[in-house]
Amino acid sequence: MEQVASIPATAAERILQRRLRRGHLADRLFAYTTMLFAGVVLFLVLAISVALLVGAWPAIRQFGFGFLTSAEWNPVTDNYGAVVPLVGTLVTSAIAMIIAVPVSFGIAVFITELAPRWLRRPIGTAVELLAAIPSIIYGMWGLFVFAPLFAEYLQPWVIEHIGRLPLIGALFSGPPLGIGVFTAGIILAVMVIPFVTAVMRDVFELVPAVLKESAYGLGATTWEVLRHVVLPYTKVGVAGGIMLGLGRALGETMAVTFVIGNAHQFNSSLFMPGNTISSTLANEFTEATGELYTAALIELGLVLFFITFLVLALAKLLLLRLTAREGERT
Amino acid sequence: MAYDGSSARGRIDLRPLGSYKREQTVEDARARQSWTAGVEQGAGQAAKGSAVTCIEVRDLSFFYGRYQALQAINLELQARRVTAFIGPSGCGKSTLLRTFNRIYELYPGQYATGEILIDGSNILDKRQDLNLLRARVGMVFQKPTPFPMSIYDNIAFGVKLYQRLSRYDMDERVEWALRKAALWDEVKDKLKQSGTLLSGGQQQRLCLARAVAVKPEILLLDEPASALDPISTLKIEELIEELKGEYTIIIVTHNMQQAARVSDYTAFMYLGKLVEFADTDTIFTRPREKETEDYITGRYG
Repeated sequence: MEQVASIPATAAERILQRRLRRGHLADRLFAYTTMLFAGVVLFLVLAISVALLVGAWPAIRQFGFGFLTSAEWNPVTDNYGAVVPLVGTLVTSAIAMIIAVPVSFGIAVFITELAPRWLRRPIGTAVELLAAIPSIIYGMWGLFVFAPLFAEYLQPWVIEHIGRLPLIGALFSGPPLGIGVFTAGIILAVMVIPFVTAVMRDVFELVPAVLKESAYGLGATTWEVLRHVVLPYTKVGVAGGIMLGLGRALGETMAVTFVIGNAHQFNSSLFMPGNTISSTLANEFTEATGELYTAALIELGLVLFFITFLVLALAKLLLLRLTAREGERT
Repeated sequence: MAYDGSSARGRIDLRPLGSYKREQTVEDARARQSWTAGVEQGAGQAAKGSAVTCIEVRDLSFFYGRYQALQAINLELQARRVTAFIGPSGCGKSTLLRTFNRIYELYPGQYATGEILIDGSNILDKRQDLNLLRARVGMVFQKPTPFPMSIYDNIAFGVKLYQRLSRYDMDERVEWALRKAALWDEVKDKLKQSGTLLSGGQQQRLCLARAVAVKPEILLLDEPASALDPISTLKIEELIEELKGEYTIIIVTHNMQQAARVSDYTAFMYLGKLVEFADTDTIFTRPREKETEDYITGRYG
């Protein structure tokens, strides 16, 4: 104590300066470290695209742009085209989102706005548990439980009634196989719902209670409050949740491989077997012989990479448009 | 303890303005023409200076689950006057305010017992249509709550819930409401801009305009100026002064000077009870109860 008190002011200042300098150093070190971590992400994205491009190069050189327009997939003649898995990926994901988005919205609205308090926690936990189930379990459930039931009870009815309608009938025709593009879409929807729901619920809960109260206070109904206040307020989060789900649907491999039927044929009916990019990769990579076959598969991967990128970019654009509509920001 | 206002002032019964019932179709009821017309007639009566009871609270108790926040409140509020609720935090003044449009029903476990008569009909009745009630009883909150949409749409939103107006009529209504809230001159060139970009004071006046645009009978103001700077506060107070000719205004405030400045009647609440209710001058100069005097002289709270 004596000593500390007897240190002259300049000495105390020096100690303080040294401590501050150390603090600044730590700060800078911390900043560089976080920058490094963030930089790793950029590097990885770049490295992956380069690796894909290099791996796919033989196929790109061989088929050129025709790879994207050809429905041919023949390892015997070494002739490959991406249309079947590409369309399969887009169609299964579209089916999944068409089912999952409204259902997730409904669940999220119910949990945050309508459910009695004692019911909120159980439903929320159940949703989170669904998200934790590994995709292979969904695949097995889809193949062994859902597909037979679907083929036995629902599919015949749909083929009988909707399959006969003009225009959309062609989408729902053919034998009731149980497995196929439509089944894959449904399984994907089930897998995606927990993710989209969880995000929607979280952002809905972020809406200030007093904002909702003011809308209710004007005499708005629950739906009007949701439509005009909650959704606009949370649109970035909601879109983010949908994109998260879409990203999962586009890339999902195991569950889809189980139930889609894995056939390289283009078919107008959703009830027929098909293929997606990721299921093609999962099925054929191990047996791909020859440079061109492997390169074609890698090019499929590259295509998936681009689709995902495109989806994200489109989502960003859409959000910008929405924001512009809500009122100009000057 | 609770002061019964009816003994002091002769009660004049206004014929029930809200003569609609749930059985009517929503379209009919939402047009709300009947009572709007009634209000205008009522306004004529009030202009002659007679006090008209607008809200009558009878034995109102309120519960948050098991906790009783209001204890058998009895109160009569005059039409087209400003009534202030004052009292320390947690005394139940905001709770009382929130019963008048039943906004508390958004939350499970909150309920009220007793009666609240607005123009003679009990709004706590289960058959009371909540959306219609809230169209008649507007509310402005402590924090400004502009909706995430343009200034124009912020005003039009509430109106569209009840009325189908032509573009021209809607433009007119929006301007009218913004003028009422003394905001028109500041925003008339940027109606398409997002309401969330206005300053705090402007946002609060936007909320006031939004509430007024629906043409309610009653305006509930829950500490409307406590989050604002002194100049914005002054503007809000001037607005209240201006609006009271046409609306029954109830304001909850922590600021006793504000209560003294803007209100005609003041209710002092403490621990969930209505301690004293009288005209503002009496409350602030010759309070009957010791608790009131202690509070307004700053001895507690």
